[in-house]
Amino acid sequence: MKLRKLAVTASLAAIGLSAALTAPATYAAEEQFFPVLAYRTGAYAPNGAPWANGYVDYLKLTNARGGVNGVKIIFEECETGYATDRGVECYERLKGKHGGATVVQPLSTGITFALTEKAPVDKIPLVTAGYGRSESQDGSVFGWNFPLIGTYWMGADVLIQHIAKKEGGFDKLKGKKIALVYHDSPYGKEPIALLQERAKMHGYELSLLPVAHPGVEQKATWLQIRQNKPDYVFLWGWGVMNSTSLKEAQATGYPREKMYGIWWAGAEPDVKDVGDGAKGYNALAMQHGAEQGSKVVKEVLEKVHAKGQGTGPKEEVGQVLYMRGLISAMLSVEGVRAAQARFGKGKRITGEQMRWGLENINLDQKTLDAMGFGGVMRPVQTSCLDHMGSAWARLHTWDGKKWNFSSDWYQGDEKVLRPLVISTAGKYADEKKIVRRTADDCKK
Amino acid sequence: MFYRENGQFKTSYKADQQAFAIPQDRWAIVAIVVFAFIGVPLLVDEYMFRAILVPFLILTLAALGVNILVGYCGQITLGAGASMAVGAYAAYNFMVRIDGMPALAAILLGGLMAAAAGIVFGIPSLRVRGLYLAVATLASQFFWDWAFLRIKWFTNNSSSGSVSVADINLFGWTINSPTDKYLFCLGVLVVFSVMAKNLLRGNMGRQWMAIRDMDVAATVIGIRPMYAKLTAFAVSSFYLGVAGALWGFVNLGSWEPAAFSIDRSLQLLFMVIIGGLGAISGSFFGAAFIVILPIFLNQTLPLVGSLLGLDVSIALVSHVEFIIFGSLIVFFLIVEPHGIARLWATGREKLRLWPFPH
Repeated sequence: MKLRKLAVTASLAAIGLSAALTAPATYAAEEQFFPVLAYRTGAYAPNGAPWANGYVDYLKLTNARGGVNGVKIIFEECETGYATDRGVECYERLKGKHGGATVVQPLSTGITFALTEKAPVDKIPLVTAGYGRSESQDGSVFGWNFPLIGTYWMGADVLIQHIAKKEGGFDKLKGKKIALVYHDSPYGKEPIALLQERAKMHGYELSLLPVAHPGVEQKATWLQIRQNKPDYVFLWGWGVMNSTSLKEAQATGYPREKMYGIWWAGAEPDVKDVGDGAKGYNALAMQHGAEQGSKVVKEVLEKVHAKGQGTGPKEEVGQVLYMRGLISAMLSVEGVRAAQARFGKGKRITGEQMRWGLENINLDQKTLDAMGFGGVMRPVQTSCLDHMGSAWARLHTWDGKKWNFSSDWYQGDEKVLRPLVISTAGKYADEKKIVRRTADDCKK
Repeated sequence: MFYRENGQFKTSYKADQQAFAIPQDRWAIVAIVVFAFIGVPLLVDEYMFRAILVPFLILTLAALGVNILVGYCGQITLGAGASMAVGAYAAYNFMVRIDGMPALAAILLGGLMAAAAGIVFGIPSLRVRGLYLAVATLASQFFWDWAFLRIKWFTNNSSSGSVSVADINLFGWTINSPTDKYLFCLGVLVVFSVMAKNLLRGNMGRQWMAIRDMDVAATVIGIRPMYAKLTAFAVSSFYLGVAGALWGFVNLGSWEPAAFSIDRSLQLLFMVIIGGLGAISGSFFGAAFIVILPIFLNQTLPLVGSLLGLDVSIALVSHVEFIIFGSLIVFFLIVEPHGIARLWATGREKLRLWPFPH
């Protein structure tokens, strides 16, 4: 009898204890979990690390500012090494932690392709700011992909516009030779479809020169360039491939002024080692360039780095890739804010609510200025059908020491981009047997 | 002592020629398979399924294919990744181009295509041996890498060279949940392992082993080297092709040629070397070692660090992971050059004849 009583009390106590232990867990629900898929090792680490630093620093800054309406952001890093299978493993590892991931940003086109299959199942939005699949701009097919503020097709489109302007009109492009030196992966191949489309329109001659991973062996490629003498070279490289290309261009004597890189080939790690040899080299700026002078960077230095909580070296704060990471984080945080506005301020939001938030980002110039992004970027407005939100870009040029803006703003041409996006997304929908989202579905 | 066979008498040839002649072995295998089918789905979570078990099962199947060729027939190959790629892309093309094609049939047809490709690229093995053959099989790796990157037809004119497939539907069973994927891969692996086990102790397997041990002697006793070597290439490539198709269809869902690069070939070769050449269980051990150990290290190192009061950055973790993983490979190769399967076999002998096996 006594024993039974003891057992009952013990089990009741155990239940009470476990209830007491689980109680803080429900209380802690007012936290928003951001998994960080980063690469700080491997061949692409010099470019991956600053991006991750910027990303994490902005999350820390958001917390220093008091969170999103009081909701604190928690994050955890996982090293992918730019490898697709490790990236997928990281995603699987982190997606369920702390009540579920809010958003994933893999910074790798390969991982993006793999996660595109998983995001709709897990209902976690996949933000690929400035990379990923260009056709995923079509939110009716790619319901969970967000190539915010830039796709490769848009980037390639802007480059062609810039060249046409330099030559004095699109009709002057006829007969010109453009060579695309690209990383031989889905990333590097992305712009080909658009460049071919534009070639049909304007009659320039496009030659495709792939470079195998990781891109340190380019002798043969540049020999071809020496023989063909293209009028322009587009560089679609990543990591060590970019600086190698610039060195080879220097060795072959190809004018750097006629070389144009995508925004992933236009940061400090790409040109630093080449120094003066890269002088005159142009690259797209995905809206922002190096922004050491901007208000948000000063705020990061003051509120995060000055308190000894900064990620990475202080000197790199505000560099191009750091800014890219920072802006990527900012857009996600603003997605959370937009979702909270509808689903309850100061509440933790789910992946599905986050998608609604990302589809309803509306950052006008005033809001951006207030957040310290004045002069850094232009307004962004997304919708259910347009997951990109902004098609503006400009160019910057390396003067041997730093990047300087060297062009006006351009906007990707909807008349060229839209049909390509719709048709390619349609093909994907057919292959995967996806039904396009309806207007009702968009409201969810 | 622990594993006594005393009193087990075989009274017929049939009993003597069973796949697992010792009842303990037989029951252990049956228990493991039953546990894998029923116990595992009840015990593990989604992360284990998707990130660890499914890749492990598929790569085990691939390692089995490599083991048939390298371990049993003695033909070194560096083109295993290419065979996987052929299987995956062929299955994809069957799915896309033929309306109403059942996925399982497409996967098997992908395997057959890989077998055909394997035969073609196995032809040099009739003239060259050893390391020279390894270099010759590299040609297949580079050729198929090139073909799937450059020939648009293979990728159905996809703009970026990457392809994607819908979920597999098997007689009304849509395979999309992690448990479904695991069970499907496990089913395929069990069937293919049984097939391999029987193939290897039959006529064909014995021919392969004769060729492996000494091809001149094998020729003298009447084994046709061309037939034996090319069948080994075909069967091995078939396994690899099916594994490649599963890798694409079940594990990735959408893939690019880089998923089957030279790294994959080397990874598979290391699996069978570390796991054990010429042992079916070696494929399982090797795949477990190569797939699971790095992830395990990656997850436990930060915990170990926090126990020691250190704040470990992810960059440091991944460096230490490489160091430990590399040293373990060296350690195993020194301690047991015949692979983990041999360690296991020695352990088993010890259980039979405790404590001094002979």
